Amino acid sequence: MAVFVFLYLPILVLIVYSFNGESVGGFPPRGWTWHWYEVLMQDDALWSSISNSMLVAGLAVILAILFGLPAALVLLPLILPGIITGLSLLMLFVTAGLKLSLLTIAIGHGTALISIAVTEISAGLQKFDRAQEEASRDLGASEWRTFWRITLPNLKVSIVAAVLLIFTLSLDEIAVSFFLVGRENTLPLEIWSRLRRGMTPEINAISTLIFGFSLATIVVWYKLRRFSNDEEEKGTGAALFQNGTSDALLER
Amino acid sequence: MYSRAYSRLTAIPPLTWVTLFLLLPYGFLFCFSFWQVRAQAIVHHWNLNNYRQLLHDPVYFTVLARSVRIAAAVTLFALLLGFPLAYFLSFRAAHRKNLLYQLVIIPLWVSYLVRAYAWKTILGTDGVLNTLLQYAGLSHHPIGFLLYSPFAVILTLTHIYTPFTFLPIYASLEHIPRLLLEAAEDLGASRLRLFWTIIFPLALPGVIAGATFAFVLSLGDFLAPLLIGGPNGIMISNVVVSLFGAAYNWPLGAAISLCMLALVVALISGAERLERRLQYRGM
Repeated sequence: MAVFVFLYLPILVLIVYSFNGESVGGFPPRGWTWHWYEVLMQDDALWSSISNSMLVAGLAVILAILFGLPAALVLLPLILPGIITGLSLLMLFVTAGLKLSLLTIAIGHGTALISIAVTEISAGLQKFDRAQEEASRDLGASEWRTFWRITLPNLKVSIVAAVLLIFTLSLDEIAVSFFLVGRENTLPLEIWSRLRRGMTPEINAISTLIFGFSLATIVVWYKLRRFSNDEEEKGTGAALFQNGTSDALLER
Repeated sequence: MYSRAYSRLTAIPPLTWVTLFLLLPYGFLFCFSFWQVRAQAIVHHWNLNNYRQLLHDPVYFTVLARSVRIAAAVTLFALLLGFPLAYFLSFRAAHRKNLLYQLVIIPLWVSYLVRAYAWKTILGTDGVLNTLLQYAGLSHHPIGFLLYSPFAVILTLTHIYTPFTFLPIYASLEHIPRLLLEAAEDLGASRLRLFWTIIFPLALPGVIAGATFAFVLSLGDFLAPLLIGGPNGIMISNVVVSLFGAAYNWPLGAAISLCMLALVVALISGAERLERRLQYRGM
């Protein structure tokens, strides 16, 4: 039980101090306030970094799913360390004369998170009865038609789960973005640059909001997974880890 | 089943992507590590100077040794927390199992930065812990070594990577056939004997997987050391980051990353082989 305290203490501190009246830490917290949330609402740089992050995450999802979907049929899951992915892509872009921008970050995320798409979707492939594909082919359907009518509908839940997971991970990604950032910041990089400047309580506020947002996404994700595999009680995390996706998940 | 030609065709876009944005960049990493910087420009002059510098300059070795020490400590603590937790959940939690499982996972979804920052709020000189201690009358001066030290880095990384050690251990514990345990109990084995002769050996692949995750990830971490490590908490990835930033020596940075990559790949494949050998193959 003590382990749970260890895991949750920082999160609790964060939420409590986002409502703290004084700008420095200090115990006990003094004066309940919405001030930091108000500061947050008026902070244009932060909001534009949020929309940048959303854009990157959206692109990363598209890239990872687009390439992960066929890849799951033929490729093994990939293992990628984050800082190395970031650096080596930086060298590629600089050598190719490509300007660093949100697009380069999205390419980085897409590459780093392909393995999530691959593992999620190959887990989905293992669960459905592949004989259906054979039946479809035997009955004279083309490969294209079999894919659209049999394979894709069967993978619907896995794909939605992968989309949510990749989107959430991309929103929080920093190790790869760190190297590939151009002039526009994503949210984690914006937070990072502020943290380096010192204590900024509005970060507690935005963090609390992000926590709420990820929690909501994850609840939806779990519901989906539960819906798709009632027989497997272990839950997604364990299944993920057995597949080795973990590494992508972890590479930050 | 799809025909072979169709499978080949669908493999082209992802293979192109992986080649372009994964293999090619690794190739660049390799090439850069044999180049040099002269007069603020990278010259394509092939030589081994970067590697020679790594071998001769003790700074790099010191930082690498420190990173390995920090990563090893994180791995140890994460296992010490993760294993009992996994054991408790798998064998003792009964109906609360699923709820507790989700509770371990949820912190994983809280932004990495945010969690590292929360530790800064806790450990700082005007932080929660120091002011709490003074408030309770347990200390009169703020304790300085809490933040900006290897200790802070280890604490934060342990917090971040404990769920990663927990998950594979829990998965392997859940896979232990309960019949085995019942049989041993019926034959009169004690609790302790049950643990050491059945549970622990069968959990070992999970332990190895968890330890590999924690070690590799904390070894490659550069954000927590920058945020809360202070000058004594600098790790090898920080050196790489500075070589790619202000210090502007990409070739040397590339050489270090390549060494790191080799180390990590060797570790992962070694661990995988060990796991496979220890895998339980049924009754």
